[in-house]
Amino acid sequence: MNVEVTPLPGIGVRKDFATRNGRRVGVVTHRDGHVELIVSKTDDPDACLASLPLSTDEAGALANLLGAPQLVAQLTEEHRDLPGINTKQLPIKSSSPFDGRTLGDTAMRTRTSVSVVAVMRAGQVHPSPNPDFNLTAGDVLVAVGTSEGLEAAVKILKYG
Amino acid sequence: MDHTALSLIELGAVFFGLGVLGRLAGKIGMSPIPLYLIGGLCFGQGGLIPLGDIGDFTHLASEIGVVLLLLLLGLEYSAAELFTGLKRSWMAGVVDIVLNAAPGAIVALILGWGPIGAIVLAGVTYISSSGIIAKVLGDLGRLGNRETPVVLSILVFEDLVMALYLPILTAVLGGVSFLGGMKAVGISLMVITVVLVIALKFGRYVSAAVDSPDREVFLLKVLGAALLVAGLASAMQVSAAVGAFLLGIAISGSTAENATHMLEPLRDLFAAVFFVVFGLNTNPASIPPVLGWAVVLAVSTTLTKVATGWWAARKQGIGKMGRARAGAALVARGEFSIVIAGLAVAAGAVTGELAALATAYVLLMAVLGPTAARIVEPVARALQRRPFGSKTTASQTG
Repeated sequence: MNVEVTPLPGIGVRKDFATRNGRRVGVVTHRDGHVELIVSKTDDPDACLASLPLSTDEAGALANLLGAPQLVAQLTEEHRDLPGINTKQLPIKSSSPFDGRTLGDTAMRTRTSVSVVAVMRAGQVHPSPNPDFNLTAGDVLVAVGTSEGLEAAVKILKYG
Repeated sequence: MDHTALSLIELGAVFFGLGVLGRLAGKIGMSPIPLYLIGGLCFGQGGLIPLGDIGDFTHLASEIGVVLLLLLLGLEYSAAELFTGLKRSWMAGVVDIVLNAAPGAIVALILGWGPIGAIVLAGVTYISSSGIIAKVLGDLGRLGNRETPVVLSILVFEDLVMALYLPILTAVLGGVSFLGGMKAVGISLMVITVVLVIALKFGRYVSAAVDSPDREVFLLKVLGAALLVAGLASAMQVSAAVGAFLLGIAISGSTAENATHMLEPLRDLFAAVFFVVFGLNTNPASIPPVLGWAVVLAVSTTLTKVATGWWAARKQGIGKMGRARAGAALVARGEFSIVIAGLAVAAGAVTGELAALATAYVLLMAVLGPTAARIVEPVARALQRRPFGSKTTASQTG
């Protein structure tokens, strides 16, 4: 993907790329760090349909939404030859008892034989997290296991 | 009432009045600069109420206003941005100078204000208001547009031209000979080059010299450094404003960002005083006679700025609509036109009529600019649907 980086003197930086159907998608990052999501218009590719200010949390959430399914799809593809093994995204909600606790506290492996292969946070992939990895609301765990194990894991993250 | 009490009351009334005007401007979504100017016109010389006792304070405060305006302009850009801007947009920048300085110079010559008047008025019509333009682009959600970097790099170029133009102007206004003028230009060119190189290679040392984790210390150091450099530059005949601008460029990174945050309210305060003082020193009765010329200048320089933006955007392969947007975005003139006219008036080298013309012109352009940026899209679309007869004949003959 060819991401174009354009400095905006006095304001910040614009980073965008052209999608397959010819639209421009990207972000304008201001000097003070706040981010705007930009999408170009169809009839006028120079102009923006929307320029949506996002807070750090919101940008992170959007990045997770876009990034996590792709990672899961990739892992699923790799495990295709192993029947019975699934990959699933497990979000940590703010109501989860593990918000603010470590991955080890969930005892996921012992209780469900599911392994957490990565944690997505703010669009960043943290691969092979250690048991002392601190979880916070908004994180998405990418877990590999059997269907039953993964269902049990969802319940554990929800109810403890 | 004693002198101090009267001064405090007058000053308080002025600031409060400006606050009310600023709120009004915010409500109708325009720049407060024209309202500040009108506020200044209402008071003082020939106005409704003369302000007697705060003259000394407002005079110095308006000088500080100019220094802060230019310092914050310099803080906005890093030296590296200026260099890339210069490389990318010098051709558009030259077109910009030729097209937009000419109307001012020609009108000044027609009115018989001589070469000095021509140099001053050329600067007034040339320089766009980067403050108004950046705000309008943000408000209209055009920061992500492809033509926006074109607009911004033209603004960067204009600001660099200011760094050259202001010392020349100072020298010319000081009534120095041709040789003396060349010397001033030589000195300022040298100083600018040295500062840019220092900013590029050793910017972090300059930043470290003024930086401090303590807000109070930081504020005093930055403000002190700005006034010191401005004063020294003024003593060297390089223009106080340019000194402040160059200091702003040399300060970079997070120090620049913090300094901007802290100085912004101060800048707004002192710049408001500057606009009021400029209005105060202009006799409102002198405006009607030059209003016709102000309209002529407003119309012609609106067209020339649109042409500049159109041409620069076309060179970057932007579509027709984007070219029209880039042109209209550049139309606004404001604070720096008044800075130039203010320098000329303070030096006493030009007629009072020039100040009146500059006031009327900026009043028109500060309102016209944001309006043009807003209405350009529907207007351009309407024009595209019904092309001019002249265009069709041109395509037939060509």
